[in-house]
Amino acid sequence: MSTPSQTVGPYLAIGLPWEDGPTVVSAGTPGAVWIRGTVYDGNGDVVPDALVETWQADPDGRFDHPDDPRGRVPGFRGFGRCPTGSDGTYGILTQVPGALQGQAPHIDVSVFARGLLNRVVTRIYFADKAAENAADEVLRSVPEERRHTLVAQKTEDGYRFDVRLQGEGETVFFDV
Amino acid sequence: MAAPASDRLILPRYRRDPEGTHPPLGSPGYGSTRLRHPKQPLVLLPQKLTEVTGPLLGPGRVGAHDNDLTVQHDGEPQGQRIIVHGRLLDSDGRPIPDSLVEIWQANAGGRYRHTGDNWPSPIDPNFTGVGRTVTDSAGRYEFTTIKPGAYPWRNHDNAWRPAHIHFSVFGQAFPQRLVTQMYFPDDPLFFQDPIFNSVPDEKARQRMISRYDHSRTTDHWALAFEWDIVVRGREQSVFEDEEDE
Ligand SMILES: [Fe+3]
Repeated sequence: MSTPSQTVGPYLAIGLPWEDGPTVVSAGTPGAVWIRGTVYDGNGDVVPDALVETWQADPDGRFDHPDDPRGRVPGFRGFGRCPTGSDGTYGILTQVPGALQGQAPHIDVSVFARGLLNRVVTRIYFADKAAENAADEVLRSVPEERRHTLVAQKTEDGYRFDVRLQGEGETVFFDV
Repeated sequence: MAAPASDRLILPRYRRDPEGTHPPLGSPGYGSTRLRHPKQPLVLLPQKLTEVTGPLLGPGRVGAHDNDLTVQHDGEPQGQRIIVHGRLLDSDGRPIPDSLVEIWQANAGGRYRHTGDNWPSPIDPNFTGVGRTVTDSAGRYEFTTIKPGAYPWRNHDNAWRPAHIHFSVFGQAFPQRLVTQMYFPDDPLFFQDPIFNSVPDEKARQRMISRYDHSRTTDHWALAFEWDIVVRGREQSVFEDEEDE
């Protein structure tokens, strides 16, 4: 029987951020992109005390994990972690994952915050992979008018992915 | 056309927890949930490769004194020294080895070392309140720290959080990621705490409370508390057909 989840509370910033948390790959890595965004609450106000975590495959669609049935590929951490700042923004430096298992490239995301008694889980897809997105089984299971909340838009140095916890344009969250 | 066997992926699957194990995101007694919980229904996410893997973080993330919060400064912190130990398990009782455990907490007076915490209880210059460790081959973890004090908050009239230590664990896959709080036995503040009481199932709530452990209590040194952290268990492997190209 599992231990229940509890909120990270208002002071996660003393314990959870890591200096290298936001850099899934180091600066200067070929193909590295910044995924940046803002976390908003149901009033449209920014959430300055959230933590965004990401988990993803490498650019070839492989994982540094023994349960990748094609064999573990060591070296790619695949994990990013960034607290939001006073303006509610976060940023993760990474490489766009490869497509896998017939799925469009995607990144799994967990958001933690004061006021969230459990993490919320979402997925980042990429606007410039339109054909693959159109065929993606998970994206297709989401009501069409809400799919756009899962698609990161191209920016100058990468992509923009905002998270709306509640209300107008609420991000699609998953039960994993 | 069916995919040849060599193209099929064999993936583990993680069991969902019984209803009532985790708090509902919208929990009216806890005011901060009001504008932060999603109102649309969650969409079921099938467990595919990204969901049955996860970061394996352990050695390399932990420094020499990270598991002893009483020796991180020149002087000793104020308060009751305690040992907090237990195992990281899945819900089938399987230990999870080599896995990162992170904690953060208030000091003995119930104050966090955070700019946002300024209620009139003193900062302890010898206590940061942050720890990390990695489970051993049997899934065991252990911290030496100071028993945290209760602290007030503004959720309701005369609101006090029961003493607790914040815990963060990863397990071995994305569905096992868990952030929770460990409480102490017989805390008189449970009755009025909407965060502790947000867990619907009474038995599940009890699983957040540590046990006083006299066998590990060390004479003239420290009281011990034992607490196991349990994350979702694995089901039998299933075959996942790779889609035809
Ligand atoms: Fe707390």
